[in-house]
Amino acid sequence: MSDTAAPAPAEVDQDRRGFLTFATTATGAIGVAFAAVPFIESWNPSERARAAGAPVEVDISKVDPGQMITVVYRKKPMYIVHRTPEMVASLSGHDNHLKDAQSEDSEQPAYAQNATRSVRDDFLVVEGTCTHLGCLPKARFQKALPELGADWPGGFFCPCHGSRFDLAGRVFDGSPASKNLRIPLYSYSNDQTLVIGVDATTGAA
Amino acid sequence: MAANDESLPVRTGFLGWLNKRLPVDAFVRDQLTGYFAPKNFNFWYFFGVLSLVALVIQLVSGIFLTMHYKVGEATSFDSVEYIMREVPFGWFLRYMHSTGASAFFIVVYLHMFRAFLYGSYKAPRELLWLFGMFVYLALMAEAFMGYVLPWGNMSYWGAQVIVNLFGTIPVIGPGLVEWIRGDYGIADATLGRFFSLHVVAVPLVLLLLVALHLVALRQNGSNNPDGIEIKEKKGSDGKPLDGIPFHPYYTLKDLVGVGVFLIGFAIVLFFVPTFGGLFLEAPNFEVANPLSTPEHIAPVWYFTPFYAILRAVPDQRMGALLMALSLVCFIVLPWLDRSRVKSTRYRPLRWKVWLTVFAVSFVALGYLGLKPADGLYVLLARIFSALYFAFFILMPFYTRGESTARVPERVTISSH
Repeated sequence: MSDTAAPAPAEVDQDRRGFLTFATTATGAIGVAFAAVPFIESWNPSERARAAGAPVEVDISKVDPGQMITVVYRKKPMYIVHRTPEMVASLSGHDNHLKDAQSEDSEQPAYAQNATRSVRDDFLVVEGTCTHLGCLPKARFQKALPELGADWPGGFFCPCHGSRFDLAGRVFDGSPASKNLRIPLYSYSNDQTLVIGVDATTGAA
Repeated sequence: MAANDESLPVRTGFLGWLNKRLPVDAFVRDQLTGYFAPKNFNFWYFFGVLSLVALVIQLVSGIFLTMHYKVGEATSFDSVEYIMREVPFGWFLRYMHSTGASAFFIVVYLHMFRAFLYGSYKAPRELLWLFGMFVYLALMAEAFMGYVLPWGNMSYWGAQVIVNLFGTIPVIGPGLVEWIRGDYGIADATLGRFFSLHVVAVPLVLLLLVALHLVALRQNGSNNPDGIEIKEKKGSDGKPLDGIPFHPYYTLKDLVGVGVFLIGFAIVLFFVPTFGGLFLEAPNFEVANPLSTPEHIAPVWYFTPFYAILRAVPDQRMGALLMALSLVCFIVLPWLDRSRVKSTRYRPLRWKVWLTVFAVSFVALGYLGLKPADGLYVLLARIFSALYFAFFILMPFYTRGESTARVPERVTISSH
């Protein structure tokens, strides 16, 4: 036997070998985890995408009562509805048919967690993506539309999976969506100008 | 290398040189001429090889489409139209790929149903079934991302719905969705990563899984319509009495199946490539529009059973959870079925009824997933979803201690 022959099994320090195997594996695993960070991070929105998500100003002087306009903010449609007094009045009276009448489980800034879910009663600003799976709810402002039933108070209907919302974006019972339509951060820079993405209280985007 | 080298032909010259360096003859012997498959394969046993044919069709047509397709919000839709109208035979490549996707799922579903019929997922083939299920899941991911690439309006809204499913996961959901999209909506960044995954990453994973599926198949050999192990009855030469060499017997038989499949494939490709909106949906001939949801969003037919389950639940998180569970049911199938007997042929009426209930529910859900989610359709989707889950969840109970018919010692086959 030459000097370089492997030692007999009895001479192997198994504890030492076990420790070295463990230490090598653990170090390697930590290295792999760190090396994965750039790859995972590369999937987050780029600087350009973030910049394109800056706040948008909207002139609301040309939106007549009963009309709705859509603006895009961060790739999502924002519905701006000029509610008539009748439309505002239609919001009360069906609270017991809503999943979240007080908007306790829904996403909105604190200043929009009220009966009309808005800063001003006459303007509803709401994210036009269904809280179910992101389709666009369609405006169905007329009362008692045949396909939505005689007690339909006017609101939004999602054609994808049939979710129904009232004129404050609150979801009706029996809809697949569980939450009310989201309200973005917004404020009024003057009587005629709405700014989506800027919060009146903090000024932050 | 089970057999000894004496069973290999004596080679001289180039073939001798080659075999000394690459075990060509040994491979042919071990995997083809010396690999014994049960002699009683029927119609249902065509769909494994047809899945391989579909995979090759998709790889080849996909490689050529990639040469002309230009990924990007501004270019994707136009480049697909360019392929359709201006690239010589571009329409052929594209219709081959879109028809191939549906054909792939047709043969895979039939291949899976064969496993239900003859208990091919049962011991000792649980891992074979698992690898098959992972192939199926990878295929779903591949098909979904591929459908987004033409950047039609259905591509866009389908992606929106599916990506938002991840948003229903508690706590990490919203951040996860933004990470998957790489933007505040489905955008250029999303399209780019889906293209990369569709063309490079998932095909690599698919090929690896298919290889594992085949290796696991070879380990125990194919099951058969009688659900008995042919390796348990060997002749004095050590070969299974009920087995025949894969080559030439099954290679030639499969060739007939492949021929019939290709005829059907060509008819669809040339005469009805959209298949009445089932293989290619009408709203996808319109460019993606974030401000206009198609009147009615339905995924391509092969996803509709799961989509119907998703929509049947009046709560988004529960709906997404049940949809995920409906796939998990498939994965754990080998451990739900407690019957000692593999083949439906020798299992009691009770099993046959349940299997029929499942098959009918699956097809019915597939139909309902194409329909709008209102009124009667939702009610029916709920009933069939319940039956679908009942088939799996109750399986350990209705299959335990099954009173089965006597399983024959040898495979049954009628001579021609």
